[in-house]
Amino acid sequence: MSFEPKIVAFLCNWCAYAGADLAGTSRLQYPANIVPIRVMCSGRVDPEFILEAFRKGADGVFIGGCHPGDCHYVSGNYKARKRVEMMKKLLKEMGINPRRLRLEWVSATEGQKFADVVSQFVEEIKELGPSPWREKK
Amino acid sequence: MEGKEMKKIAMYWGAGCGGCDVSLLSLHEKILDLLEEAEIVFWPCAMDFKYEDLEKMKDGSIDIAFYNGAIRTEENEEIAKLLRKKSKILVAYGSCATEGCVIGLANLYSREEIFDTVYLKNETTKNEDGIIPSSNDLHLPEFLPHLKTLEQVVKVDAFIPGCPPPKPVLENALEALLQGKTEFGKSVALCDECPRKDSKPEKIEINKFYRWHEKEDNGDCFLAQGIICMGPATRAGCEAECISANIPCTGCMGAVPKVREQGISMLSALASILGDMDEEKEKEIIESLQDVVGTFYKYATAKLLPEGRLKDES
Ligand code: FES
Repeated sequence: MSFEPKIVAFLCNWCAYAGADLAGTSRLQYPANIVPIRVMCSGRVDPEFILEAFRKGADGVFIGGCHPGDCHYVSGNYKARKRVEMMKKLLKEMGINPRRLRLEWVSATEGQKFADVVSQFVEEIKELGPSPWREKK
Repeated sequence: MEGKEMKKIAMYWGAGCGGCDVSLLSLHEKILDLLEEAEIVFWPCAMDFKYEDLEKMKDGSIDIAFYNGAIRTEENEEIAKLLRKKSKILVAYGSCATEGCVIGLANLYSREEIFDTVYLKNETTKNEDGIIPSSNDLHLPEFLPHLKTLEQVVKVDAFIPGCPPPKPVLENALEALLQGKTEFGKSVALCDECPRKDSKPEKIEINKFYRWHEKEDNGDCFLAQGIICMGPATRAGCEAECISANIPCTGCMGAVPKVREQGISMLSALASILGDMDEEKEKEIIESLQDVVGTFYKYATAKLLPEGRLKDES
């Protein structure tokens, strides 16, 4: 059986989640491997959530936020960008491929982009195989 | 000894540096007060006790057993289990027993890599025949694949943080334990009792990370100077001993209660105080951070990676 990754996606309410919604209502196809979790802002994604997702066996973590300059809380997405960058370093040292963590900017009108980046990410994770943390379980 | 029931206490030294045993002496004359209320029934480091003595004791007959050091060998594990059986209250004493401490960083490497470094590759090692001692020929207790905290092996009733537990932490803990309480200590972050706290600006913004030897200290809040200080993510109680000696906190007291990940909360805080700049510059600065696990999980790697470093195939 081919490997179907489990991916946790944190999507900000104002942009990425709306983008995902649009992808849905426009009947765009994208793989069903992602489990979306709506958060108010990408800045709400505490790096602990990311670690916890991996710890519980996620093969990848996706964070979707508003484009730079568009965050409804002004700087949440900039904070998210810095945190993700740092988390990648931590994951790498822990022995997890940092490519398993991805941050993307998706606006409310970018249904197509959402479908595209998610498909791409799922492909990439399929290539990487199951997360080593999942394997331990 | 008439009239008053003496509490029976025990102290054991697992895998650790010995600082915890010594820290008990940092109580100075207070240790005499302790001995008024308690009698020591087992403390191999300081007095002549054998494991048989412990085995012979009735189950649950020790009132409070302090276990310092982590679990690195079969022997550590065996005594941890034995002490658990013999004691009413088992206390993880110090950072090693509580969360693995500095020696827990060994979980970033496999047992083979560790032996390789220690017995073969160390610059100061001369071992032409390439001999690695093994349990087969020497009857050594087995070196476990990973380092474990006490709680990863047996049920633990109370934790005394610190590397080693500083005097105020210890006094407070012993007082509580002798009264039968297993929860004690402060529940705020170290910044609360930091002697530099008045110099902490309303909003900290930094443009570079410094390790503490890289910058001349101007006496202000370390973080405001860009020097990494674990204070905001670390539990108070030590009365900022290190900072009083002009050394930033590295986090030996562990997380503030109710916070699960000390390292991640500090990582997150540090990301948040990084000023606004273009993406390239931002990446460059974050890239300059060295030894992320060793910085944020210096004392808790054994909790972060209980099964050792993960292995992502690709
Ligand atoms: S509201 Fe969308 S990233 Fe902040």
